[in-house]
Amino acid sequence: MTRDILILALLDGVSYAGLLFLVALGLTFIFGVVRILNVAHGSLYACGGYAAATLGLWLGGGTLGASLAALIGASIAVGVVLGTLLMLLLRRFQDRDPILQLLVTFGAFMIFEDLQRMIWGTQPYFVADVVNQMGTSEVLGVVYMNYQLLFVPGAAIAIFALLQWFLKHTLTGRQIIAVTHDREVATAMGINAKRIAYLTFIVGAMLGSLGGALASPTTSLVPGIGADMIVLSFAVVATAGLGQISGALLTALMIGLARSFCVYLYPELEVVMPYVIMVLVLLVRPQGLFTVAQARRI
Amino acid sequence: MFRRVAIRASLLAAFSCSLLATGAQAADKPAELKVGITTFMSGSASVFGVPAKAAAEMYIDSLNAKGGIDGVKVRPIFIDEGVGGDRLLSEYRRVVQEERAELMLASISSGNCNTLAPVAEDLKVVNLMWDCGTEKALEGHGYKYVFRPQANAVTEMVAAVAYLLKVNPDFKTIAVVNQDYAWGRDSWDIFRTVLTQLKPDVKVVAELFPKFGAPDFSAEVSRLQVLRPDVVLSTSWGGDLDTFVRQASQRGLLRTSKFYLPLGESSLERLGQTLPDGVLIGARGDHYFLEPRYVNDEKHKTFVANFKEKTGSYPIYSVYHMIQSLDAMTAAYEKAIKAAGGWPTEEQLADAFRGLEFRGLTSSVTIRPEDGQGLEDQLFGMTTSHPDYKFKVLKDVMIVPAAPVTTPPGQHTPDWLKTVNASIIDAVQPAQAQ
Amino acid sequence: MRPSLIGAAIAAAILLAVGFGFPWLKIPLILAFCYGMAALGIGVLLRAGQISFGHAMYACISGYTVAFLGSRFPGLDGLLLIVLGTAASIVAGMLIGAFVVRYREIFFGMLNLALSMVLFTILGKFYAYTGGTDGLRVNRPTLLGMDLSRPEFEGALLVLAILASLAVIWAVQRYFRSSAGQALAAIKTNETRLEYLGVSARKLLWQGYVLSAALCGLSGSLFGLSQGLVTPEMGYWLRSGEFVFIAILGGSGHAVGAFVGALLYEFLKMYAAALVSGAWQLVLGATLIVIIYFLPKGLVGLFSRRRSAVEGQP
Repeated sequence: MTRDILILALLDGVSYAGLLFLVALGLTFIFGVVRILNVAHGSLYACGGYAAATLGLWLGGGTLGASLAALIGASIAVGVVLGTLLMLLLRRFQDRDPILQLLVTFGAFMIFEDLQRMIWGTQPYFVADVVNQMGTSEVLGVVYMNYQLLFVPGAAIAIFALLQWFLKHTLTGRQIIAVTHDREVATAMGINAKRIAYLTFIVGAMLGSLGGALASPTTSLVPGIGADMIVLSFAVVATAGLGQISGALLTALMIGLARSFCVYLYPELEVVMPYVIMVLVLLVRPQGLFTVAQARRI
Repeated sequence: MFRRVAIRASLLAAFSCSLLATGAQAADKPAELKVGITTFMSGSASVFGVPAKAAAEMYIDSLNAKGGIDGVKVRPIFIDEGVGGDRLLSEYRRVVQEERAELMLASISSGNCNTLAPVAEDLKVVNLMWDCGTEKALEGHGYKYVFRPQANAVTEMVAAVAYLLKVNPDFKTIAVVNQDYAWGRDSWDIFRTVLTQLKPDVKVVAELFPKFGAPDFSAEVSRLQVLRPDVVLSTSWGGDLDTFVRQASQRGLLRTSKFYLPLGESSLERLGQTLPDGVLIGARGDHYFLEPRYVNDEKHKTFVANFKEKTGSYPIYSVYHMIQSLDAMTAAYEKAIKAAGGWPTEEQLADAFRGLEFRGLTSSVTIRPEDGQGLEDQLFGMTTSHPDYKFKVLKDVMIVPAAPVTTPPGQHTPDWLKTVNASIIDAVQPAQAQ
Repeated sequence: MRPSLIGAAIAAAILLAVGFGFPWLKIPLILAFCYGMAALGIGVLLRAGQISFGHAMYACISGYTVAFLGSRFPGLDGLLLIVLGTAASIVAGMLIGAFVVRYREIFFGMLNLALSMVLFTILGKFYAYTGGTDGLRVNRPTLLGMDLSRPEFEGALLVLAILASLAVIWAVQRYFRSSAGQALAAIKTNETRLEYLGVSARKLLWQGYVLSAALCGLSGSLFGLSQGLVTPEMGYWLRSGEFVFIAILGGSGHAVGAFVGALLYEFLKMYAAALVSGAWQLVLGATLIVIIYFLPKGLVGLFSRRRSAVEGQP
């Protein structure tokens, strides 16, 4: 029985971790390059979900292809449109105190919360065609949706691999890394930091809205989902260390698993778990799990 | 900005002075009757708040078209409960003290009812708790101005146990998945107390309280699939209920366990074909748009048609509760005007609510004279498919009369719950179509 | 000093008159002062260049202390409850501060956020003691031994809130001008140099942190008493975000800024909720962005700019 529980909790945790990772990835990626902790990332998650549901309804979701196209199309569209808007807004605050920049994104988050409600209303949205099309499989007498069991974690890993490849093996990717390490030197070397920042922002925003789009078939979209997701992904990002991509993957996995084990063993702790992990990690490793400590600049 | 505020403030000052001047003869007929209504227009509970607001507008428009109450037009002032407890309190006071609302309808959230009831009492304004459930907001406080023209959590949950034992008496294990907040905890407390008393052999195999607004219930669903309880109870609502039921349905949990959703009526239309047949559903009252006794009733039928036309959806329980409270308002004013021989003072209005019997869209409700608690019957049914609707509707509808399942006036709920016995099961009766 | 004293007295008198002239304004005014005190707490940390997204937890700790003691020992006076509530926050701030002062910037903010979320969740979970998400009721206590009715109590609280705010502004302003306060600001500009001067940045920040916890605590106990209810919502991260919002709105140049910001915020929110009920968040968010764009130093930036022009200071 214990072995069974171990396996089941593992499977439950993985799907949740996949989702969490994608959202946190966007956040940490943006931070790494532009050094802004984007609170409006929660809005991207919510809008991505809503857009995917709307597009899914509109396309009718007759085939698996159509459903997937809705998910991906929505996240790209939302990522590009909202990402550009946010970037244009933040550009006006480029040389300000990082705290002020963070608050600008907080203001943007509040605005998006209301816009979202004006566009999509308050009734829960839900389009689940893609889940039904993918079917279910059974593990130890427990039925799982293939979508949650295989597709979401698979998508998370694929995107992680793609991003790693992009960063290490393409010119733009290397330029992004260079800007992450030292913006001034990179600019001096002739890298167009503005373009890199814009690109990063769009990619990060797309990841956020993809997280929402992937969540939309299994969760109800209601006002306020962005606020909860953003604190949780903050927890992932801070625990992993800001800007750490592989770290975010492991931390998301850790939090996802801890959460599902709690449901089996001690449900009361489920909600508080991510924050407890974060506090414990930061107490031991102040810069996050995966950050190499940097020398202070005088 | 400050200048505008200042101008506004001075206008307000002039306005309230003029009101104060006439305030001496309080029984003068006002130019219009202002009614403050708190409802969720933002946040997750707006699934209830927004339809209810639409219903209130419809009701008041048609009331005003008929000349209002004794010739006085009614003007609603809506307050968003989603702004948070402290802002709500400020806004509530502003509407009573600045706008001079004579009657307040507050609120949907039990937490807000707890906050606002003593304030209404302090401000000496009649407050109708139009949708919140907790019995603690009213019980034992001896309020003079606060009434609840609908059932409370005790009525709803004790009735829910009675119905379950009536239609499905032979189950051995039960699991609960409720939202982790006051309603989820309180409703399960009442349910468990009564259930274990009437059926001591039943085993509670899991008590899960996922976070309010949780996006994912996969671990909960897996755990329930391992445990295979005979009955899965959830008093959740809104997006949480939808998410949980969909994930459970997608993974076949609804086929292996009997689901019981005492607030399910509010999600039926949204859930479409997700629910299988045979799921037990409650409605927080005796109202349902296909309620067999009233489906052909003129008032009810017209309302359902108009509401569907206006909002595109069928009415859910919060809509019925809103109409019920507004009908209570109309009835109380008529009663008070008759008694006072003119427009009533706030005190006369409060007196009129005591012992008031009125009808909303379904059966009539009585407000108990002792404590201001309404006695509202409870409706339950089982999902079934119907060719005319794209979602599940209810069959084998049963009614639980309110009196035997409600704490008697003056008694303390936890003590009274210990005295509940099997006779409540016999009180559950099929709703006879008229 | 003189003109500012007179200014403070006039402002306080006007606000008091407004509160008593329009009874429904008493609660928003009290709330504005509560928010102002908490935002001032944030402002202290902003001086050191640190931002906390979790300081609502101190308001929450103090509010719950007031509610708990008030129901356990019904005879306790309101003033004593405020003192005890604030003391609870100070103690919590000392303990938590000892850990978090090792962190800077985003990590400082995130750690505070995480701790406040732990508190938020625990308050919601331990239903039997904390009343769950419905929170605890705060019974109306006596004030200075006087048993007051609701309107009188609110009037008294308003007076108390104004007096406390004046005292706090004065004290914090003195702190800002003291050597410890000046050194605190140096954490923002160059911490390493500070350490070379033989000053412990951690100790300084710890002092500032405890002060900010105390201010949030004071705000929380007044808040709890005026609402008659404390809920876990008081400690949610969005509430902490509001404190930061107000602190930025007012500006951290002078202690009075937090209160100017809080008054503006409270009334902006009230009128936004009343006039455009579906879009109050939009209005607030847009205001925040506009203020940051045009007045990065907050509302007090307006005054200090003028004054430094007059006095010929840089």
